[in-house]
Amino acid sequence: MKAGIQWLGRAGIDFCQAVGRSGLFLLSTLLARPKWRQIWPLFSLQLYRVGILSLLIILLSAVFIGMVVALQGYNTLQKFGAAQEVGQLLALSVVRELGPVVSALLFAGRAGSSLTAEIGLMRATEQITSMEIMAVDPLWRVVSPRLWAGFVALPLLTILFNLTAIYGGHLVAVDWLGVDSGAFWSNMQSAVSFREDILNGIIKSLVFGFVVSWVSVYQGFYAEPNAAGVSNATTKTVVYGSLLVLALDFVLTTMMIGGGNHA
Amino acid sequence: MRNKGLEFAVGVFILAGLLALLVLAFQVSSVTGLVKAKNYYEIIAEFDNTGDLKKNAPVAVSGVVVGHVKSIQLDPQTFRAKVTMKINSYFNRFPVDTSASILTQGLLGSNYISLTPGFDEKVLQSGGVIESTHSAIILENIIGQLMFNVKNSDK
Repeated sequence: MKAGIQWLGRAGIDFCQAVGRSGLFLLSTLLARPKWRQIWPLFSLQLYRVGILSLLIILLSAVFIGMVVALQGYNTLQKFGAAQEVGQLLALSVVRELGPVVSALLFAGRAGSSLTAEIGLMRATEQITSMEIMAVDPLWRVVSPRLWAGFVALPLLTILFNLTAIYGGHLVAVDWLGVDSGAFWSNMQSAVSFREDILNGIIKSLVFGFVVSWVSVYQGFYAEPNAAGVSNATTKTVVYGSLLVLALDFVLTTMMIGGGNHA
Repeated sequence: MRNKGLEFAVGVFILAGLLALLVLAFQVSSVTGLVKAKNYYEIIAEFDNTGDLKKNAPVAVSGVVVGHVKSIQLDPQTFRAKVTMKINSYFNRFPVDTSASILTQGLLGSNYISLTPGFDEKVLQSGGVIESTHSAIILENIIGQLMFNVKNSDK
């Protein structure tokens, strides 16, 4: 009994410490003195690695998700004689929810895990310690470019995901199932609002990009410096990143829709 | 250690993202929310019952959309619904005896306002009030009346 309560207390203290430490870590990374001239090549390299190398998986998933949503939507809407509305269904579900969330989950698996493993191995092979010895701040040399690259890359990936998914759905709905192309686009255009649907989706993806890259670099930087520790940290990145994305998605959606009583 | 090819790839990536945003704006949402149309004027109509009329519902003349519903409020004195409509100022010559009715698109579609121009010489100004209105047809009420009539005719 006493040991159980003690364990609970220790877990609570550990949790608070981790939250505080990751907050301080984020703050000192963001405040690390920027040397723009030197950081630009590092940043563009990271943007290439987390952004462009994730493009293939993001776009492929987008095509398939768009196709499946169009197929499912068509089959159900057809029962009510409303098959023309499939464009609206597709665009709203992709732009509001599927685009930001699925890209963030894929991003956590594809880019976040590799960021954690890389920084964790740098820690394990004492590259980070040697940087500190050479008076190079690893926060701006290693962490900051990766954090910013993730922050910039995910919204761009989400926009491309949205567009690809809509064209994937167009392929199924218009070219295979025979929905009229004009009705497809005009129903979509009359239903989708740029500010309330597309921009809100991009705001979501900005938050997700920030959170996922933060979790990744934090887990890597504070990974136990051995093989098991790095593998553990990589797993944690994907698990925590995905859970945070899904939980934050609910919070953000509630804030944007306003609890459902909007006129 | 600048890598030209890599920077080019990153530039293409960013450009593709921005371009996709533009396509989303124009092809998917047709940018109605971003650019606010400034050239419109408002006219007001009071209805006994607005049914399922919603904000942003279309306002049509002869089936052609000329504006949108801006707001629906309840007048605290008369307890009638006060509907404010934004009309494109290109169509600024509605006579004062124009009538407004709330109709339904199709059998189960959403409600919209249909304006029927009258013949008066005077023209509705911005903020003008339409006197002659027809309320929304509530399907339940009609069915109720029908049932009542059927029952009565049985006796």
